[in-house]
Amino acid sequence: MNARRIVAVFGAALVAAFALPFVLPSNYAVNVAAMILFTAFLGQSWNIAGGFAGQTSFGHVVFFGTGAYASTILQVAWGWNPWLGWIAAALAGGVVGLAIGALAFRAGLRGSYFALVTLAFAEVFRILANSAEFTRGGLGILIPSDPRAANLQFKDPVWFYWIALALLALSLAVAAWLKRSRFGAQLAAIRENEDAARALGIDVFRAKTICLGISGAMAAAGGTFYAQKYLYVDPSIAYGVEKSVEMLLVSMIGGAGTVFGPLVGAAVLGGVGEITRSFAAGQGLSLVVYGAILVAIVAWLPDGLIGVFARRGGARRGRDA
Amino acid sequence: MLNFDIVLAGTVNGLAAGAIYVLVAVGLTLIYGVLHIINFAHGSLLMLAMYAVFFLFTRARIDPYLALPLVVAGSFALGYVLYRFLIGRFAHGKDENILLITLGLSIILDNLALFFFTGDTQTIDVPHASGIVEIGPAFLPKAKVIAFFAALGLCAALGAYIGRSDMGKAIRAVARERQGARLVGIDVEHVFAVSYGIGIACLGAAACLLMPSFYVSPSSGHAFVLIAFTTVVLGGMGSFLGALLGGFVIGITESLGGLFLGEQLGQIGISLIFILILLLRPTGLFGGGR
Amino acid sequence: MSRNRHALAPSRRQIVVTGATLAGALAAPRIGGAQARPVRIGLLHPVTGFVAYSGAQSRLGGQIAIDEVNAAGGIRSMGGAKLEAILGDTQAKVEIGVAEVEKMNEAGVAAIVGCFQSAIVLATTQAAAKYGIPYAVDVGASDLITSRGLKNVFRLKPGFGKCVDEAIKALGGINGAAGGIAKSAVIVHESSEFGTGTAKLLADRLPGINVEVKEVIKHDNPTRNFDNVALRIRSLKPDVLMMSNYQNEYVLLARTLHQQKVDLAGMFSVLGGGFNYKFAKDLPDVAEHMMDYNHWFAPTNPKAQAMKKKVEAMGTLFTFEVYLAYNAVKLIADALERAGSADKEKLTAALAASTWSDHFMPYGATRFVDGQNQGGEAAALQVQKGDIEVVYPAQFASAKPVFPKPKFG
Repeated sequence: MNARRIVAVFGAALVAAFALPFVLPSNYAVNVAAMILFTAFLGQSWNIAGGFAGQTSFGHVVFFGTGAYASTILQVAWGWNPWLGWIAAALAGGVVGLAIGALAFRAGLRGSYFALVTLAFAEVFRILANSAEFTRGGLGILIPSDPRAANLQFKDPVWFYWIALALLALSLAVAAWLKRSRFGAQLAAIRENEDAARALGIDVFRAKTICLGISGAMAAAGGTFYAQKYLYVDPSIAYGVEKSVEMLLVSMIGGAGTVFGPLVGAAVLGGVGEITRSFAAGQGLSLVVYGAILVAIVAWLPDGLIGVFARRGGARRGRDA
Repeated sequence: MLNFDIVLAGTVNGLAAGAIYVLVAVGLTLIYGVLHIINFAHGSLLMLAMYAVFFLFTRARIDPYLALPLVVAGSFALGYVLYRFLIGRFAHGKDENILLITLGLSIILDNLALFFFTGDTQTIDVPHASGIVEIGPAFLPKAKVIAFFAALGLCAALGAYIGRSDMGKAIRAVARERQGARLVGIDVEHVFAVSYGIGIACLGAAACLLMPSFYVSPSSGHAFVLIAFTTVVLGGMGSFLGALLGGFVIGITESLGGLFLGEQLGQIGISLIFILILLLRPTGLFGGGR
Repeated sequence: MSRNRHALAPSRRQIVVTGATLAGALAAPRIGGAQARPVRIGLLHPVTGFVAYSGAQSRLGGQIAIDEVNAAGGIRSMGGAKLEAILGDTQAKVEIGVAEVEKMNEAGVAAIVGCFQSAIVLATTQAAAKYGIPYAVDVGASDLITSRGLKNVFRLKPGFGKCVDEAIKALGGINGAAGGIAKSAVIVHESSEFGTGTAKLLADRLPGINVEVKEVIKHDNPTRNFDNVALRIRSLKPDVLMMSNYQNEYVLLARTLHQQKVDLAGMFSVLGGGFNYKFAKDLPDVAEHMMDYNHWFAPTNPKAQAMKKKVEAMGTLFTFEVYLAYNAVKLIADALERAGSADKEKLTAALAASTWSDHFMPYGATRFVDGQNQGGEAAALQVQKGDIEVVYPAQFASAKPVFPKPKFG
């Protein structure tokens, strides 16, 4: 496929997705669809670093939470407009990404070591948010409800759907660019064999750090979205381990290092989650089924869900520590 | 306020807490060293073992310390079977799939526990372990003193087993070079499963030592997961001695961090020391190559 | 009107929300040939995740109330319409809780009861407000819940601001009767909104009853061990320990202090997460003489005693989650009866005008200001000989407080 065809197909899909809420039967369905798109976006932010560059992170929530707190604090304590706060949040996430990348990659951390150091950073941020004055510690920050577009708050959930769609489209564009660009090729080389990449003259440190910066900015933008949708941030919402796991889960189940993996993963896991949650028969059984389906997917589709669709090698072989 | 006595007592407390971290982490590091995977089901399996101890005590009146061989054997069997018939089979030789399967397994186990045992907090009251031992300025519950020495003993025994026995040699061979081990006729899948089983057996021991002073609920195992990961990496993944030292370093850091910074902020000490050590010595205290 | 959307025949939309319908069907099988259309009530609780026990207890309380209303002939003013539970699981996550509210709205619920954690109550009440669905908060202590001007939110029990004020009064009274022997305190609290908020208020108010706060210790959830906290308390030598924690940490802290034989005149929690019959029964030595200020049924009310027996016969404990959710559903049933309609606006108006007194809480008739019931009051409790007694206020007390508690050894 040439670039023009891809853009055309992509555009058509975008228009269709834009129109989807008009045919969805209910606000509930729109909300579910919005959360799937949003999770796909967060998953893509993880995928940029974890999939394309092979820098698996267990603590991506460090960026997500920073974004959520940055825009919320700017808005509530400093009176910023949340749209402006959103940009600041993405920048903050990018800076944190660059900083963690610079530290960790300078030290030469790879594989599981890198994954766990990101987890440790997320813990540090969570504990600080729990103790600091300006985050109001464990009390959390409530964003006053004032549903106006100028406030980045909406009465009709369809607006969050469209915003999530826009975020996702942007992230897909970034991923598609990474697939085709020189920078993306460098990252792929690093993922496959870092030492060989270095031997080829790639500035490995720089490429990985920039990549984590981009990834961090995206996850932070997601944090603001979350804060604006639910209007409350506290340390465990912002920096809780579960969100990190969710991000890596949708990407890896969908197919890490592929453009559409996170979207496919988010759609399937989101759908499975919605359906299983309806089993009210026994306490916990819904999640037992969810977990079993997760294992089954891995067992039968070892290359990720995208492997079903991809004709030429979608998923990637292991990145060992 | 923070006089020498308190710091000393805090250090003793930290050592006692560290002994449990060591046990949990030794299992994890063994699994990591051999299989090169991060076992996300570690916390859930610890929880399961704690329930085993709980039910053995409440239903069969078996003392948790006497139950240790039983729980350890049961945990080993469970770990072996899980690896042989679920994790190893379904992972198709991919490390990231093992991660996903152990994650899925953890969700399944937690919620099965919720379904069968409800979410209630369960405790056992072991009178002979509830006394208190004075060590200088520190007051340690007897249960923790027992846990400390038992953990050390078990680690020594495990170390000797890995170092001396034929299976231990096979484990080390597989850890170093799987292909080579396979070529010389070692049943690699069996060794993987045994390693995983031993890793889980360590959790069984930890559960027996924990229950007299801790509680169990479907989510209680997770309290030890992050700390175990930290311990393993701190010591150097796959390093036995590292996990031992790492556990104590973490225990003392946590304890003194709590004393100086306050119980909540003090937790930051663990993560900070972890980050610092990794940044300065990326392979951990005892790690070899990567 | 959304409640009309789900008439009788399954539609495409109904398939979308099969989940909710299925849940409802499993929970409360429709009685065959019922004339009036059932009124759906959303029961939204964290039945999985780290507070699953509390979630399940809450759900149970709500279901018992619904069964009782139905057994007594349903809502009479609506032609004997039955109540039907639509169950929801927040999984202790904000986004899941909100998704469940959306689903309940599609299922056409007339009202929602939920949902334990303050953070999630804040988000889900907001989501319900979008559709004007009346929301009765059963558990969820934050004062922010009823101070945001949401017209659809009602809370029968007092928020923690009032609980702390009353707890301080109770402690002052108990201490005064003992000759004011308690002069200093240490506060140990968990680090989320609940514990932090409570501890702040406590630290603020304790000096008012001549109790000096020596230190405020905040801890994480989960906390693996409290040895150092015990050490700290031992060296600070406070007279009383004030605790504000969730169940696991509450039990662990109490147990650690007991094992380490830390002498205190009293241990007093406000809305103590682990203070219940099970704690008193499982660890009787640890629990003996611990005090808690918590939501409690009026012990002299025969209805309360009858329900306690019923719940215990089911093999479950009569914990505060059970009776708070129970009474929240009953509050809604009363409003439905008066409104004569499941229309959300009429129901909201009926709730706001509620003067309901058929509950078994020590509250008197309900009177809502900004959605907060004004008469709500909790009670000071103490474990005595393995049972839980009300020790304050005197008009409900079933025993005299033991304070200071006997020393170790």
